[in-house]
Amino acid sequence: MSSTVPATSSYWKRNQQRLAPWLFLAPGMIMFSIYVIIPIFESIWISFYDWDGLGAKTWIGVANYVELLDDEAFYTSLKNNILWLVLYLLAVPAGLAVALFLNQTVIGIRLYKSLFFFPFVISQVVVGLIFTWFYAPDFGLLSALIKTVTGESIAILADERYVTLGIIAAGLWPQIAYCMILYLTGLNNINPEQVEAARMDGAKGWSLLWNIVLPQLGPATFIAIVVTVIGALRSFDLVSIMTDGGPYGSSRVLSFYMYEQALSEYGYRMGYGAAIAVVLFMIMMVFITLFIVRMLMQERNA
Amino acid sequence: MNSFKAALALGYALTVSTAFAGELVVNSDQTDPAPKKAMETLIEGFKAAHPDVTVKWNNFDHEGYKSAIRNFLTADAPDVVSWYSGNRMAPFVKAGLFEDVTDLWTENKLDDQLKSAVKSMEIDGKKWGIPYSYYQWGIYYRKDIFADQGITPPKTWAELIAACEKIKAAGMTPFAIGTKALWPTGGWFDYLDLRVNGYEFHMDLTAGKVPYTDPKVKAVFEKWGELVKPGYFIENHAAIDWQDAIPQFVQGKAPMYLMGNFAVAAMVDGGLKEDQIGFLQFPEITAGIPMAEDAPTESFHIPSGAKNKEDARKFLAYLATPEAQTKMNEVLGQLPVNNQSAKSNDPFLKAGFEMLANAYALAQFYDRDAPAEMAKAGMEGFQQFMVKPDSVDAILARLEKARGRIYK
Repeated sequence: MSSTVPATSSYWKRNQQRLAPWLFLAPGMIMFSIYVIIPIFESIWISFYDWDGLGAKTWIGVANYVELLDDEAFYTSLKNNILWLVLYLLAVPAGLAVALFLNQTVIGIRLYKSLFFFPFVISQVVVGLIFTWFYAPDFGLLSALIKTVTGESIAILADERYVTLGIIAAGLWPQIAYCMILYLTGLNNINPEQVEAARMDGAKGWSLLWNIVLPQLGPATFIAIVVTVIGALRSFDLVSIMTDGGPYGSSRVLSFYMYEQALSEYGYRMGYGAAIAVVLFMIMMVFITLFIVRMLMQERNA
Repeated sequence: MNSFKAALALGYALTVSTAFAGELVVNSDQTDPAPKKAMETLIEGFKAAHPDVTVKWNNFDHEGYKSAIRNFLTADAPDVVSWYSGNRMAPFVKAGLFEDVTDLWTENKLDDQLKSAVKSMEIDGKKWGIPYSYYQWGIYYRKDIFADQGITPPKTWAELIAACEKIKAAGMTPFAIGTKALWPTGGWFDYLDLRVNGYEFHMDLTAGKVPYTDPKVKAVFEKWGELVKPGYFIENHAAIDWQDAIPQFVQGKAPMYLMGNFAVAAMVDGGLKEDQIGFLQFPEITAGIPMAEDAPTESFHIPSGAKNKEDARKFLAYLATPEAQTKMNEVLGQLPVNNQSAKSNDPFLKAGFEMLANAYALAQFYDRDAPAEMAKAGMEGFQQFMVKPDSVDAILARLEKARGRIYK
């Protein structure tokens, strides 16, 4: 009996330094695994089954994925997703343009800024409804405009050629506002001395923007691209509200197709829905990996 | 939007309390004014007949209910639920979530009284619920416009086409329709198939026994094309819901509308007088084929996980009586299933009752006769056909592929 520390508290005392961080991390880690990590693996698991969500599961191996390869609707969704991804990124330069335009000191600029920011504040559901009316044949503002100009009315949301473009345009409205805010905060942090020095050296206009301002906006651009890519890939609400995937499925995106197959009135194919989710996850993984690699490299350089 | 409603409904389902003894929990989706009032009438009538039972009614949003029911049937089952008959209840019956109520039918001699709905309530030779209401489908037309143009209500396909030509020539579009929600296209397919190929073929097709590439199916689309190609349906129908097409009917821009009887209320709300609206049975196409009709039936069921099955049976037995069905359908503006119920004075219900009473057979509706997945693929194809009639072969090939996968 040579020990001087009471046996009951010894373990805690000895390991306090090591354990404390884990204890603080525990709530977050538990939540994160329950709501994010475990469901990811569960989805992958379910994607190998034929299951209606109620009855017994049947193991069918990769049959769901084989079916996906031969599914027209899947390719339509994939094509639309890519369209979303490419066109949605227009929000970044457009947001920058608006931010540069608003980054000046005139009377009432705060009001203008808030007005430009307004579409991001309202719910996506409301954005979807507003644009549905805007596009509505007969009484919609846009179709009335098109009719007076071309003499022909176009129902954007009922035409497979324009429907996805129409929804993306609706999505861009709030997304540009979001990018604008990111750039406005970025512009506040620009080093005025550098701009001054550049001006003394005769830089102005495009060259000033390209060589002096934009490099300093790097972090803002990075965040803007990240949120826009994620926004494009998870575009669901606008599709659901504006067209419900129609006409005849031509405005579906992967997330909506997954919902339709697994959870909607005519669906309940959990396995097939999960397989679509896995594909979407893989696509997202490409971007997530790129972002993480970039972040790690920056940390290492810092 | 549906997903948000579903989430709300789910939250609601989780908070509704479980029943006490002598308490009957009823879950249903009757949020529209008339169905809600009809449901209140039913519950009041039941309470008067069985004062010892207290009824707890959870009323759900219509769209949210469709996903909520899957949750509450498995997790915390109520004692009585509203649902649809035909293939729509098959997944629940197959998963053992609905109670067999054949005993109720035999005890109360319902096979006779609820005759017209026997087929649609039966799966594997057993009955799984009690039907209480149904309504007719048909072509609603503007009587005043028909009179102006000198058109008599068409009885055959040739007369219908002639009427369409006349209407088109007068600067109107013959048919109103809104296909954004897809299902209105199902009514057209049902009727064209029932008239071109007959009830048996239609049932075989929706049961997956006939390929969609069959020449007989192609023939249906050829008839349909005779209306689509000359532009006899309103433009941009894929962008609007069925209610959004009502104004075109009311304003006289499109004087015909193939719809269920519930459309009359919307037409009257839109400012039409009842004597401006006429009802006509879908015209004959192939001569000699007996006329079958679409008449979707509404029903109540007992979940197999119900806690108070004894009172639930009392409730369904009451629901089956002619008195209960008379009162309920008076409020609903629909037809009682029980053939001993009192007849309504409403002109449209009278016309509907006459047509259905003489019908060769009743189909439920494309999205209830065909399994849900097939219905979705099918109606999407119908919508595409109505926009791009030339792609009919591609559409049918796609539907055939879906059929091969869905009916194993």
